[in-house]
Order: sequence, then C-alpha cells, then structure tokens
Amino acid sequence: MTPLALASPPLGLTVIRAAAATLVVAALVALPAFGSPFLVTQFSRVLIYAIFAMSLDLLVGYCGLVSLGHAAFFGIAAYVTALLSDKAEINNILITLPVSVAAAALGALVIGTLALRTSGVYFIMVTLAFAQMLYFVAQENAFFGGSDGILLLAPFRLGIGDSTWLSLGDRATRYCLILSMALLVLCFLSFLVRSPFGCVIRGIRSNERRMRALGYAVGRYKLICFVIAGAHAGLAGHLYVVLTSLADPSILDWLHSAQVLLMLIIGGIGTLIGPALGAFVLIVLTDQASELTEHWKLVVGVVVIALTLFSRGGIVGLARSGTASLFARKPS
Amino acid sequence: MQFSTVLVQILNGLQFGMLLFLIASGLTLTFGVMGIINLAHGAFFMLGAYGAFHLIKFAGWPFAAAYAGAILAVVMLGALVERSVLAPLAKRDHLDQVLVTYGLILIFDELAVIAWGKDVQPAEIPPPFQGSIQLSSMIVYPVYRLVIAAIGLLAALALYLLVAKTRLGMIVRAGSIDRDMVRALGINVRPIFSLVFGLGAAFAALAGIAAAPILSVSPGMGDRIIIVAFVVIVIGGIGSVKGAFVGALLVGLVDGFGKILFPTVSSILMYGLMAAVLVWRPQGIFGKPLR
Repeated sequence: MTPLALASPPLGLTVIRAAAATLVVAALVALPAFGSPFLVTQFSRVLIYAIFAMSLDLLVGYCGLVSLGHAAFFGIAAYVTALLSDKAEINNILITLPVSVAAAALGALVIGTLALRTSGVYFIMVTLAFAQMLYFVAQENAFFGGSDGILLLAPFRLGIGDSTWLSLGDRATRYCLILSMALLVLCFLSFLVRSPFGCVIRGIRSNERRMRALGYAVGRYKLICFVIAGAHAGLAGHLYVVLTSLADPSILDWLHSAQVLLMLIIGGIGTLIGPALGAFVLIVLTDQASELTEHWKLVVGVVVIALTLFSRGGIVGLARSGTASLFARKPS
Repeated sequence: MQFSTVLVQILNGLQFGMLLFLIASGLTLTFGVMGIINLAHGAFFMLGAYGAFHLIKFAGWPFAAAYAGAILAVVMLGALVERSVLAPLAKRDHLDQVLVTYGLILIFDELAVIAWGKDVQPAEIPPPFQGSIQLSSMIVYPVYRLVIAAIGLLAALALYLLVAKTRLGMIVRAGSIDRDMVRALGINVRPIFSLVFGLGAAFAALAGIAAAPILSVSPGMGDRIIIVAFVVIVIGGIGSVKGAFVGALLVGLVDGFGKILFPTVSSILMYGLMAAVLVWRPQGIFGKPLR
C-alpha cells in the first residue's frame, strides 16, 4: 500500500460516513414531528451542549489548551441575555444573540490575555480561578439575582422591530433554531480546523516551540483561538437561556466546565463530532441515571476514571478503529 | 481605620491564610514532586472534617483521639488513591490528570452524601478553646481562631525544617526543579512520592478538621476551598512551599481587609491579586521561570 492510499480513506468508508451523517441529520430534523415534548426539550439541551462541547474541543483538542474555566463564557452570555430580557425587556434574539456572544468574546479576550501568560498546569488553574471569580460575582450580587439567579417570564422571539417572525416560546420552533445553530457551528468549526488557521493551531498543539521557530506569532494564534472558542461557548449560553429562561450561578461553577471536558473524553478529543456525541451520551445517561438512582454522580465518577485510564479516543476512536478493521483486509 | 480593626483583620487574615497554607502546601508538593495536578485534594479536606465529626458524634471519641483518627484514616485513603489511581497518571498529560481527579471528586462527594447525608453538619469547638480572649481593652477575639493560626504556623515551620534541612527535603526540592534528573541520579522516588502525598493529605485533613467549627461540615466543602488554594499556588509559584506560605498569607490578608474596606467586591479581590501577579510575574512570586 502506498502512503497516498493511506492518506485518503477508502471509498466505502466515505460512503458509510456520509450515509450515517445524513441519517442522523434527518432524524434530528424530523424529531419535533414524532418526538414527545420531553424528547424535544431534551434534544434541545443536547444540541446546546454539543455547541458548548465543540467550542471547548477547538481549544483542548486542536490548540492543546486545557481550560477548566470554559463555563465562564457560557455563563457571561447567559447572564447578559437574562439581564437584557429582565432589566431592559429586550427579548428579540436578533439583539440578544449578538450582544451576548460579543460579551462572551470580550470576556474571553480579557481572561485569555491574562491566562495565556502562563501554560500547562498554571493555565488550568488560572482559567479555573477566573471562572470561579465570576461565580462569586453572580452569586453575591443582587443585581445578578444572587444564588437564585434570574428567572425570565417573557419568552424570546425573532423579528425586526415589534414584529414577531418566530416565537421562541414554542417548543418546536425553539428546537429548530437550536438545531440549525448547532449544524452551523459544526460546519464552521470543521471548516476552521481545516483552514490554514486550523493548521497553525494544530501545529501549536503538537510542537509549540517549532511553530515559534517557524516564525508564527504563537501567542496571538492561541488568543484568537481562545476568543473564538469563548464566543461559541457564549452562543451555547445564549441558547441555554432561550431554552430554560433561567440564568443561575451553577452554570458558572467550575464543575460545569469539568462536565463539558467529560463530554470531550467520552466522544473523542480533537474530532468535533465526538464531543457533540459526548454531549448526547452524557446528557441522556445522566437523565436516565438520575431517575434510577440519586447517587448517579458516583457512577459517572467511576466511568470517567475508567474511560480516561483505559480507553483512548472515546466513541469516535472506537468507531474509527472499528471501521478501519472492516476495510483493512481489502487489497489496495 | 482604628488600630483595633487593623489588628483583628490581621489576625483573621493570618487564620484564613494558615488554613489555606495547610491545603495549598500539599497541592503544591504533589505537583512539584510527582508532577500531578490533583483536583481531588479538596476531598481530603472534606473527609478530614467528616472523619472527626463522625468519630466525635457517633463513636463518642474524645476530641484529640478523633482528630488523630480522622487524619490517620485520610492518610491511609490518600495512600490507597495514590497507589491505585494517581501513580499511573504521572506519565499522562494534564488533561487526563484533570479528568481522573475530577472523577475522584464526584466519587468522594457522593460517598460523603451516602454516608452522612446532604445536610450541613455543625462541628463543635473543642472545650479548651471555646470562649474568647481579651487582646486589649477594646478587642475580644475567639481563642479558637488563634489556635488555627498557631497550628498553621507550626505546620509551616515543621514543613520548612523538613524541606530545607533534611535529606528528604533536599530530594523534594531537587524533584520540583528537575524530576527526571533526580531519578537519573539513582534515587528511588517511589517511597518519596508516597510520603509526600501522605503528608499533603494529612495537612489537608488537618485543615478540614480545623475549619469545620467555622465553615460547618458539608459534602462539596472541599470543592470551593480548593479553588482558593489554586489561587494561592498561582500567586506563590507552583512547587514552592515558600511560595505557598507567602501566597496563603497574601490571600488571607487581602480577603480579611477586603471584607472591611471593600465589602461589595471582597470575594473577587484575591482573583484581582492573582491577575496582578500574572501580569507582573506569570510564574508566580517564587516559581521557576516558565519555559
């Protein structure tokens, strides 16, 4: 087999992948038609967390920056959205979405500038600490609703001026908006990691010193990557408030960041689609497990340790080695 | 500001700082010597508090015996965790370490809920240290808080002597600078890892026991304080016991005075301090330069 043949996947594999992707997207699109209200809301949550997990994957899986404070940007956007609706009575997502995402990106710029002065284990601790700082800000100020958070009464809408084109109080409409956002993010991030920019950040992940020696402004690339990831986490945070009408301090908690990291390891780090699958698995599993036993965290804890110690590559890794062995014996 | 207020805040800062030092020193040594970031270090803090609470309330042990018993139990648990889960992690990257120790947090927190319930449990101050002391004509200060500060200072002194004056300490210091070189020089690091980790667990348990009457005992009590310990380590410089001490004192004092001077933003002041240190010296006050 020539190196060239190794580089491009066999035709059969491409067909299988395309078919699987089409099936999944078709099922997701058809969901509101046949799914129960509970299922539609659950999958809205899955898709929001898929966006959140993919944004963290850009940082961890492609740029090699392990952040334990990613919930900060999710939380910033969530609180900005909730405040706009609660204090200024702005419920139009044509306004709340760009404003909250911009706020998250700004937050990422500030925290990223400081945190990226460090690396490795320091970076983990610093991102963690800044996220926790925001947690305390939200928890202890009446302006942010204290420990109860901000509960919204009016549903969100999409339209120009006072007109309402889409009412997001409607479950199915909301789901369709979230689904289209998630697909957009998947497309955009897939494009981004294959672009020249993506090549540079992947280069930084595998050998930062070499990239520096090659003349790349490594620090700037990392910061841009951090801000893009933060903005996408902000999008997830915005949609979360549109879905739940609630912004409370628990979404800023560092355990929330760790939970998303968990989705990455379940699905497969550095694959984008993997973390999205990880979000699906973790949310459905915890919903199921919390019905079966109130001590589901114990189960999750054991599973995390086992997964991290013994499996490499998560679901996508498993699927890849599975399909690879399927096509391995074909003559070239 | 009156002198008496200043004095009380210095004492409060010292007390909180010493509590933080007990936690941060174990964390920083674990990283310095073993190269492992242990998010579950807060679990030892929590389990120390619960252990003493359990032995006093349900087993009826006297205070001193319960404290010793709880620390011993946590050290044994720490040894078990270190041997079974953490040792294989030393060669893994930080991401795996974070994930596994996060898994440990979930397990320990939930085990605490199963064993003692979700409720916040009050812990008693041991009888000899109840009551207050007259520091001047104006100030009355609780004896117990002074005791905490004294315990922390004693522990810091002991740790200083251990690290600066003994052969073991020499290896620990060398390990935090260049772990591979220590190994290459033919030193068996295995027992040293266990010893250092056990010591860190003991300190964290001691901190949990000492903090219990002030903070109360609850599952997840370690998850909050561990973040502050991280702030301390980032400020002081990772792997440095001296840094942990100075960082803990700084954070303790900033927190104490912040509550009086800037009550609305007091909880974020220590993070501001961390940001300032990051701008000035990204590797922390006593850290080795970042590569």
